[in-house]
Amino acid sequence: MQPFKQHTGVVAPLDRANVDTDAIIPKQFLKRIERSGFGQFLFYDWRFEEDGKPNPSFVLNQDPYNQATILLARENFGCGSSREHAPWALLDFGFRAIIAPSFADIFYNNCFKNGILPIRLTEEQVAELFERTYQTQGYPLTIDLEQQVVTDTNGLRFSFEVDEYRRYCLLNGLDDIGITLQSEAAIAAYEQKRPLYYENR
Amino acid sequence: MKPRTMFEKIWDQHVVEQKEGKPAIIYIDLHLVHEVTSPQAFEGLRLAGRKLRRPDLTMAVMDHNVPTTDRSLPIQDPIAKKQIDTLAKNCKDFGVTLFDLHSPKQGIVHVVGPELGLTLPGKTIVCGDSHTSTHGAFGALAFGIGTSEVEHVMATQCLQQHKPKTMEVHFKGSLQPGVTAKDAILALIAQIGTAGATGYVIEYTGEAIRSMSMEERMTICNMSIEAGARAGLIAPDETTFAYLEGRPYAPKGELFKQAVEDWKKLATDEGAEFDARVVVDLDQVAPQVTWGTSPGMGMAITDTIPDPNSFATETEQQAAKLALEYMGLKAGQSMTEVKVDRVFIGSCTNSRIEDLRAAARVAQGYQVAPHVQALVVPGSQQVKKQAEEEGLDQIFKEAGFEWREAGCSMCLGMNPDILSPGERCASTSNRNFEGRQGRGGRTHLVSPEMAAAAAIKGHFVDVRKWQFKQKGGKSYATV
Ligand code: SF4
Repeated sequence: MQPFKQHTGVVAPLDRANVDTDAIIPKQFLKRIERSGFGQFLFYDWRFEEDGKPNPSFVLNQDPYNQATILLARENFGCGSSREHAPWALLDFGFRAIIAPSFADIFYNNCFKNGILPIRLTEEQVAELFERTYQTQGYPLTIDLEQQVVTDTNGLRFSFEVDEYRRYCLLNGLDDIGITLQSEAAIAAYEQKRPLYYENR
Repeated sequence: MKPRTMFEKIWDQHVVEQKEGKPAIIYIDLHLVHEVTSPQAFEGLRLAGRKLRRPDLTMAVMDHNVPTTDRSLPIQDPIAKKQIDTLAKNCKDFGVTLFDLHSPKQGIVHVVGPELGLTLPGKTIVCGDSHTSTHGAFGALAFGIGTSEVEHVMATQCLQQHKPKTMEVHFKGSLQPGVTAKDAILALIAQIGTAGATGYVIEYTGEAIRSMSMEERMTICNMSIEAGARAGLIAPDETTFAYLEGRPYAPKGELFKQAVEDWKKLATDEGAEFDARVVVDLDQVAPQVTWGTSPGMGMAITDTIPDPNSFATETEQQAAKLALEYMGLKAGQSMTEVKVDRVFIGSCTNSRIEDLRAAARVAQGYQVAPHVQALVVPGSQQVKKQAEEEGLDQIFKEAGFEWREAGCSMCLGMNPDILSPGERCASTSNRNFEGRQGRGGRTHLVSPEMAAAAAIKGHFVDVRKWQFKQKGGKSYATV
């Protein structure tokens, strides 16, 4: 996994609440058996017209947002299914961070597993960022995970909370399977005392 | 000892290791796998040269992609076929039991787990699918995970988890005639919103829950995720034990008795505290129908579509406006005047035998409206078989419904069962997101009874007034 320490990039405003995983990556693209290549299908039904042509009114089809690496959205981002294809598609498109007032649980968790940083800010802070994004074409933000702050070049500085352990893993790009396997002895010991009636035989 | 909730008991029992400042490592008793969210996980194992730790606690089934039409024909879509073949190969390579397309046990993963007795009280159950919450109906801690976590469970049989908070959802009163478990859960979501339970595990309580069948309890727990919850839980009781006894994978004889003794201790202790509590007054709940593009945008069939301006926040107002535009509806409209083009009875929310019986009772003796295409997709091959033994397939077919093979089908439209742009569907599934059932498709979530009635009348109706053709033609209001 790619570590995340500090990142500066263009912010794309997606002014919607409850952006669900079906919108992020519609199901017809879930049939692939690879992890890569999903970026071309990101927000497919919004990004493309029925005939497959890009929809010019959708934010990610506009310059400079087609280069954006930070996504800004409203509450409950990523609700719906557990499909990890959603963060895969966001990452593959180029997004490294998502800022919203709140996220759905599974999606939030899936982001960390893929080197994407989901940042919760307050409704007011998010509103402020939307303002600034609309005022300045190609508005850039800098996200510093070590310091846990979001800053711009005009003195804006919002700090954010993130679970200490998740932060540690993301800063170092650590794979948690390897970490859990270090507890092999504890797992094996646990298996010895599982009730017999939970064995499938 | 401090009184504990059921969630805390199951959690405590499964902590393998808890180190300061780290998430807990919890053990997983059952890992359910399907074709869509597993290929990249198996691939990850291969690339890292890792083994699947407990193939015996891993069960795989094909459901999302499978055609619901004649299974003896080859699958048309080459990419879907590849995914299905990949699952078969992976299961073979890693020694995982698979219920494939042709297995008499095949079906939607959340229907199959319980009916095989794989789902048991007190277990931790995960699956790369958010509706894993369904299994909570048995008092199992069951939740959906992403593909990285699927791989994690394959390699370690454990997960790293932060302990969620607990919420009690208390259903007060009782379900009124014509009102179902589906209406109860839709009413809860309309009340607390789709993020209302984010970060929580819900435990459902109340007399109404106690008197529900396992099928009804599964419908409730299934949609916990639509309220944002990590999982839903219902304390196991005699109804649970009676359902499980004798199921293929359930423990047998003495072991079953011993298990039941342990499972009886799972219930939340008197005096245990939840982090939050919500009360839903079932006496006030009418049959529900959603009007928008989020499961929280629901209302009683007797209400009119709300005015977007009536919502409290600007974000909500904006969401409601976009939803009405997408759905082709207007504020103030009554849903009973809204016509449907398609009807879907199926999905892990409402495709079990009781759901099909309820829909068939409404359909019996009637004809599907000429402009409506209606589909009944049993949740599993076993449900299908039982329904056929009871003659439900005949009732549906005579009424003009299509009778299909088991799978997810039009719940998410990964297979050929999809809506065309602008088509309106009364669906017993769980998500009405934009494009969920096909690009531009408009989904209204309802109970199986409401869906059957809409198929016949060609528009939404208040099923409480339904005149049954059997039982002397009475309605819910008079039976
Ligand atoms: S029936 Fe629908 S919600 Fe249930 S598992 Fe299948 S796709 Fe998911």
